[in-house]
Amino acid sequence: MRISMTVNDAVQTYDVEPRTLLVFYLRESCGLTGTKIGCDTSSCGACTVLLDGESVKSCTMLAAQADGRSITTIEGLARDGELHPVQQAFHEHHGLQCGFCTAGMVMAAVCLLQENPEPTEQDVRLGLEGHLCRCTGYHNIVQAVLGAARSGAVA
Amino acid sequence: MIPAQFEYVRAGSVEELIGALTEHGDEAKILAGGMSLLPLMKLRLATPSVLVDAGRLSDLSYIRDAGDHLAIGALTRHYDLETSELLQRECGVLAGVAHEVGDNEVRHRGTLGGSAAHGDPASDLPAALLALDATLVAQGPSGTREIPAGDFFQGFLETTLAPDELLTEIRVPKTGTDGFAYQKFNRRAQDWAIVGALAAQVDGGWRVSLVNMGSVPLRATAVEGALASGASVAEAAERAAEGTDPPRDLNATPEFREHLARVLVRRALEAARS
Repeated sequence: MRISMTVNDAVQTYDVEPRTLLVFYLRESCGLTGTKIGCDTSSCGACTVLLDGESVKSCTMLAAQADGRSITTIEGLARDGELHPVQQAFHEHHGLQCGFCTAGMVMAAVCLLQENPEPTEQDVRLGLEGHLCRCTGYHNIVQAVLGAARSGAVA
Repeated sequence: MIPAQFEYVRAGSVEELIGALTEHGDEAKILAGGMSLLPLMKLRLATPSVLVDAGRLSDLSYIRDAGDHLAIGALTRHYDLETSELLQRECGVLAGVAHEVGDNEVRHRGTLGGSAAHGDPASDLPAALLALDATLVAQGPSGTREIPAGDFFQGFLETTLAPDELLTEIRVPKTGTDGFAYQKFNRRAQDWAIVGALAAQVDGGWRVSLVNMGSVPLRATAVEGALASGASVAEAAERAAEGTDPPRDLNATPEFREHLARVLVRRALEAARS
């Protein structure tokens, strides 16, 4: 079936099977491999992207469900060579170790800060509960999100 | 993991959706948010040959004040429930339990109707609908019918919905911001409850319901009866496992689940009454 959606401000149209998952549409059809497949069971959050601005796990969604809608992946955050404030905060606070969970963490954090621009540490920890970091680098990830919130440049 | 092949039908209206169900019968499954169905399809535990996508029926996403109750569209998402000021004010317990489902990403996709129709005894929201004595409205080829929550859940992943029926609305009483507490015991933050216990004040009495203590969500009637007869919270909570048939799996034995039920009911009642 023919699927068309806006990905990072560009319309992307491909013929795919109805059973194609959104994450495969993004990685294999669109060639955007910044979005990772981790657990493939909607537990780890590595595949998180924004659907019309809201965080979703792209391994547990059909591309067909996103037909006609707008997707933002990690590749779509930076503007004119400038990192997004959440990316910048992850850089400054060393909010990553191996980096595999990072794209999902950053996308979730962007959505979290839109929904709650002034989160407490507990809000951030609860807001990221669907994300696993196998390096256990949670402390700096939480500090990065709080740092991005303090910078005031997100929402 | 990739689901088995299926034919995809995107419904443009409730009538179109019921038409597709009538045509394909048992072979078809309704896709709402997909938070329960898609994982089962990826594991090939569910292999519907036709998937009827209800996701564009935005008419079925609403929370309305209907006088003596609240009417909630079946496609209202958990995120909409937890953030609705109307629901927080008029039925705080449902907003509170919705906040405990899965994680933020799941709540952006999962729907109240989808969770109810899936009929998983380990899900949070069915237990809330049971405690609230909610009414579920189903539409089929011959019209609509109203189903009390107590009759809706029939068995493991089994409800009273016919293959050609769509859940359209859920009606819940106005309980205001009255006391409630949900205790969910799990190993990782976003996991299903190994056992869950909900205590809520409804119409001046205490309702207690249990998650994952049998093949369907259950009311802890022995606890409710004991409280109504003046028993203390500690005494009443000791009866939490009566009439249950908890499953055995990798996470817990039935005996451990019975212990958890007694502890979690006591904690829920203490928190809800404080």
